Amino acid sequence: MSSLTLKQFHSPLLAPFDLHLPAGECTTLSGPSGCGKTRLLRAVADLDPHQGEAWLDEREKQTFSGPEWRHHVGLLLAESAWWSERVGDHFNTIDQDLLTDLDLPVESTAWEISRLSSGERQRLALIRLLTNRPQVLLLDEPTANLDASNIGKVEQLIESWRKKHQTAVLWITHDTAQQKRIGEHHRQIESGQLREL
Amino acid sequence: MTLILLTPLDLFLAAVLVLALALLSFRLSLGIERQLLIAALRTVIQLSLLGLVLKFLFVQSHPLLIALLALFMLLVAGYEVMARQQRRFIGFWGMGVGTLSMFISSFTVTLLALTVIIQAEPWYSVQYLIPLLGMLLGNTMSGVAIALDNLTHNAWQQRHEIEARLLLGHLWDEAIREIRRTALRSGLIPIINAMAAAGVVSLPGMMTGQILAGAPPFEASKYQILIMLLIAAGTGFGATAAVWIGSKHLFDERERLRLDRLSPPKE
Repeated sequence: MSSLTLKQFHSPLLAPFDLHLPAGECTTLSGPSGCGKTRLLRAVADLDPHQGEAWLDEREKQTFSGPEWRHHVGLLLAESAWWSERVGDHFNTIDQDLLTDLDLPVESTAWEISRLSSGERQRLALIRLLTNRPQVLLLDEPTANLDASNIGKVEQLIESWRKKHQTAVLWITHDTAQQKRIGEHHRQIESGQLREL
Repeated sequence: MTLILLTPLDLFLAAVLVLALALLSFRLSLGIERQLLIAALRTVIQLSLLGLVLKFLFVQSHPLLIALLALFMLLVAGYEVMARQQRRFIGFWGMGVGTLSMFISSFTVTLLALTVIIQAEPWYSVQYLIPLLGMLLGNTMSGVAIALDNLTHNAWQQRHEIEARLLLGHLWDEAIREIRRTALRSGLIPIINAMAAAGVVSLPGMMTGQILAGAPPFEASKYQILIMLLIAAGTGFGATAAVWIGSKHLFDERERLRLDRLSPPKE
């Protein structure tokens, strides 16, 4: 189990802030587009240079190498990118239960990336990330390209996953109904400040 | 065989041809006459100066002066590599990557050739050192410039794929491995083509020069073979060094992709 704590964290467009993501719980993040939500997630995953402390339980970020930190603090971007030809090339091992949970056939590992729909890409990118067993999940609108039934499946999967593995989750969403469904805690960005809702 | 000396009039006749070409460009409004004339003028001035400098160095062959000329050639080559980049590194690394890798490869290969293969006496003898270094630098420069440009171009194009890998905890060199391979290959293709076509399709410039200057053709061939092999090695090691140093500098100490270290593409 792991919680994530940010102290005096500087993210572009935002005043320095503190944030605690408890293990096993989901925090939603909302705010107008262009307010810096994605950049906040990129900084927390240590993909962009930034200042401030980040703690995974009792361990500070600098005691991990960059790749180690990103392995533990998994970020799912809104647009997934794929570097090889077929889905299966991007996995060492693939958990077939995860495929079933998200309504994808086992053969999908043989699919060509260029033929995936945006919804398939989004679901497969989530599975790719979960296969890494991150201790913190940062999700940037993970259901934006999905139909209602798949939105429900992704929400269910994340909820059971975080409870089972005690994963802390930070989830960007614009949808107020979804915020209520998925999160215990809510944060909003308003005129450059990160506020509790 | 004796060397037929060229008179200024001979060179003037050749220049008239270029002037005629410029006139043609003007009449057809190709808009390239200005560039053409400036480049031709540069050739005349630069090569005349080099001839004068070498003439002076042949008499006054002080090691320090030779080193200065070699350094000057290296810096110009480094600048040329930078000038050919669409997206160049900002600051010191803009010129640093290319200059450093050409220094590593061209200087080492030249040194090796002078001391072990040609065994010139002394090894820094101007007659061998400067032409050899010039041939090596000139060719390594192309390889390094192409490889670096390919590296930064593809890193930019495939930034999302690189970041996707970083986000899954991949190391920086895993994330850029394929791009690095492609860059290196692109830098080596010109010299591979040149070696394959040498003597069949093209008559290399150095050999032509030696033959024109009266050297026995087979001796000229041997020198040309030596030069081609040295150039291949120099280009290969130079491009490898440039791609290695360049790709490393695309990432910071936290292994983040830092495309902000590249300038925006030039027009």
